[in-house]
Amino acid sequence: MATIAKSAAEIARAVNARECSAREMIDATMARIEAVEPQVGAYLSVLERQARESADALDARIAAGERFPLAGVPLAVKDNLALEGTVTTCGSKMLERWVAPYTATAVRSMLAAGAIPVGKANMDEFAMGSSCENSALGVTRNPYDLQRVPGGSSGGSAASVAAHEATIALGSDTGGSIREPAAFCNLVGFKPTYGRISRYGLIAFASSLDQIGPLARSVEDAALAYDAMAGFDPMDATSLDRAVEPTAGTLREDLHGLRIGVVKQFDTHKLGADIDDVYDRALHDLEALGAEIVEVELPTADYGLATYYLIAPAECSSNLARFDGVRYGLRVEGADVAEMNERTRAAGFGPEVKRRILIGTYALSSGYYDAYYVRAQKARTLVARDFAKAFEKCDLIAAPATSSPAFRFKSKSDPYSMYLMDYYTIPMSLAGLPALSVPCGWVSPEEGGPPMPLGLQLTAPLFAERPLLAAAHAYERATMHAAKHETQLPEAAR
Amino acid sequence: MKYEAVIGIECHVELKTASKMFCGCANRFGAEPNTLVCPVCLGMPGSLPVPNAAAIEYMIRAGLAFKAAIPEYSKFDRKNYFYPDMPKNYQISQYDMPLTQGGVVRYWLDDGTIRECRLTRIHLEEDTGKSTHAGSGDGRIAGSSYSLVDFNRAGVPLMECVSEPDLRSAEEAVAFLEMLRRTLMAIGVSDVKMEEGSLRCDANVSIRPVGSETYGTKTEIKNMNSFRSVRRAIESEIARQSAMLDAGERIVQETLGWDEANGTTISMRSKELAHDYRYFPDPDLVPMEISEERVAGVRATMSPLPIERFERYTKEYGFNIKQTTQLIDAPEIAEFFDRTVEVSQHPQQTQNFVLGDLSRLANESGVAIHRSPVSPQHLGELVALVEAKTINSKIAKELLARMWAGEGSPKAIVEREGLAQTSDPAALARFVDEVLAANAASVEEYRAGKSNVFGFLVGAVMKTSRGKADPAAVNALLRERLGG
Repeated sequence: MATIAKSAAEIARAVNARECSAREMIDATMARIEAVEPQVGAYLSVLERQARESADALDARIAAGERFPLAGVPLAVKDNLALEGTVTTCGSKMLERWVAPYTATAVRSMLAAGAIPVGKANMDEFAMGSSCENSALGVTRNPYDLQRVPGGSSGGSAASVAAHEATIALGSDTGGSIREPAAFCNLVGFKPTYGRISRYGLIAFASSLDQIGPLARSVEDAALAYDAMAGFDPMDATSLDRAVEPTAGTLREDLHGLRIGVVKQFDTHKLGADIDDVYDRALHDLEALGAEIVEVELPTADYGLATYYLIAPAECSSNLARFDGVRYGLRVEGADVAEMNERTRAAGFGPEVKRRILIGTYALSSGYYDAYYVRAQKARTLVARDFAKAFEKCDLIAAPATSSPAFRFKSKSDPYSMYLMDYYTIPMSLAGLPALSVPCGWVSPEEGGPPMPLGLQLTAPLFAERPLLAAAHAYERATMHAAKHETQLPEAAR
Repeated sequence: MKYEAVIGIECHVELKTASKMFCGCANRFGAEPNTLVCPVCLGMPGSLPVPNAAAIEYMIRAGLAFKAAIPEYSKFDRKNYFYPDMPKNYQISQYDMPLTQGGVVRYWLDDGTIRECRLTRIHLEEDTGKSTHAGSGDGRIAGSSYSLVDFNRAGVPLMECVSEPDLRSAEEAVAFLEMLRRTLMAIGVSDVKMEEGSLRCDANVSIRPVGSETYGTKTEIKNMNSFRSVRRAIESEIARQSAMLDAGERIVQETLGWDEANGTTISMRSKELAHDYRYFPDPDLVPMEISEERVAGVRATMSPLPIERFERYTKEYGFNIKQTTQLIDAPEIAEFFDRTVEVSQHPQQTQNFVLGDLSRLANESGVAIHRSPVSPQHLGELVALVEAKTINSKIAKELLARMWAGEGSPKAIVEREGLAQTSDPAALARFVDEVLAANAASVEEYRAGKSNVFGFLVGAVMKTSRGKADPAAVNALLRERLGG
């Protein structure tokens, strides 16, 4: 029987063993989507027909003797990833009807591993935001409290997995866009080393920071997806041309011999007693598993946000220039080309996207370039150097994923308070480091409502995905925080 | 007043790599619009550029050809501006770390004088698509009702070459461009066809009183579609600026378009607000490291440059400018010639054959010399045989025809068929006596004063010798016998 509550590893085993078919998995997933999607709103499009066709094709291949590491696993794909023949919107009116003419390399890898895309997940417009509220095309709710945001920008990806509308989701992380929604939705969210997974087919927000990664209900599932996607791609000049070691088979149960750094500058007291307690307990649990906790310093961490909000908008101002109404996407006619460009962009982009294009254009302008962009690049180098120094004293760094649990809709009204949500995740992005968020406890928000999850962020040196996932797995197995509370949705059939 | 022109050239050259600069699409001129395109060169969301290694090698070749510095590090930058035929609304180009820096173009004028024009830099970028404006009747954007864009050209590797203002006349500018073209053709990096747009150039022109060291205000001329129009446009602009200064007017810095039909430059009234291109390093591409070994490897594959040939042909071989240029401008023929000279050791005679009989055979048959059955080795043998007077020119001509037909080594033929020229006095005397005896009447006529009979008698001796006699020796001996 198709059981959508199972892990990707269990599904793949069952489908490969022909205990249940991929088609049954997809039918069950579609039923679940039909049941809960009206409340959750994880998807911008559901790929019902394609998913069933893919499942049938996969079943035929399995019947013919082939085996796949992610056989029949229902996959949510963030809507900034190109999947040929599907509308790929980036959560923007600009691309509301744009059908991708090709498939992103990462998605292709997941398809090759047997995963089956069931829907394109909602997101903050062009991945700019931390709550999914910047989507121009739909509202996504947090399955653990439907009055709260799922986080962002990969909010739809997170909500879909938390709601059992998919088993694994692909997200993209520029400054925390996988880790933050994963923390908000009680999931594991993993951003590998910059360049580990090809960006070809990921609609760019900030090219030097964007990285694709999985969101899943367990470290093992995230590791399986990572194993399927990691590797050099000749279509992406920034993809890493170095060997990738499989991670899923090397997960461990204890942390003996591991030194885990706690960042002096990341003081969790200021986050409030409840949250502080959760993170304190997390450190104790890590210690109990055999890890040695050491204090490390990231003196430049405080400059992370400012640095990020120069580099990312600068790159986005250029990356988003192509949306001009000439070749694809929205076109609003004008008297001449320039007017058409202006009208199209005025109508097609939402306020946050426009804000960042303006900031970035300004930061790159002649006369300001050295003061802003060049200095930000220098600061970025310093942040990376800080991490390198810290990793001389430890193997992994533990930190909060977010400064609070998921918040209520419209509660972060000024952009800056929203930007602050990424305070703990941005430095790792600037340094290109592999980092993940793993569930680490629950807090009951002051303003009421059900308990909400928090995420522990673990960060590793460049290319050290393997020890990172192994440690997260050990912590996850020992604590089992994710299983302590249910969503507000009907229980998924077990 | 007498003025001196100061001219700098900026040109764009499309590289003839098999594929485009950042994707695998074919780099080909003349295909149906929008058939050589893919997500990358159309700037589709999510697509990424990957640099074409061949284009980078071509840049190294060009840098070496012009003695430019090839820095160890180079990078691509984005030049941001909106234009409908530019798919991403930024052009991947190079700003402050181009692949080559400096360099010099040494070129020659029609009289053979060699001049130099320094280069500022050569950098690599991607070409844009091509707009066609419809509905205005004349193809211009003004008054057109719609525009069509062909993206086949978008992403074609484009080399931008900027000169220092070292040129002083339209003649020099054209000679510089011709040199640039023949060099880029010779090193195999471009077709350099102005009519197909694989060479496009702009000229910056200013004038100043002769003897002045400061520069005048410059104008930029665009839209010149042939070397002829470059010459005419620059001449016209120099005349216009001279007349303005003579009349006490000031030159305005502006962009001008060359109007070929009317033979004048016209102000393009382009908004001269300084464009802010917001250059920044392209985050989709990683910096390039060009090792000395890589440069040395490219250098090892390069054949002699046109300017090197020019100096060798004119100074060492003493060829005239016309013949020299004729050879150099056909690089394969020049290559063939050079290899032949290595065998023959006689440049002038080799040139006579290559530009003479061999070119004639090539023209008649439609087969290029370097593709014919005649190898440099065999032609070299032939020239050496002639120079050693082993065979005379008549035999040589016959042999060449046989070599063209594929009979191979002339040396072998000569040996096999005993075609070596006879200069043995006894044998010659026998031929002469035989002819004199058989043509008593002609001998009479000659002695009676009909000197034109002499030629007939020489011919008869040659015939008797089956062409092997040395004509000069035959002449001398005949005169002696006829008592003339």
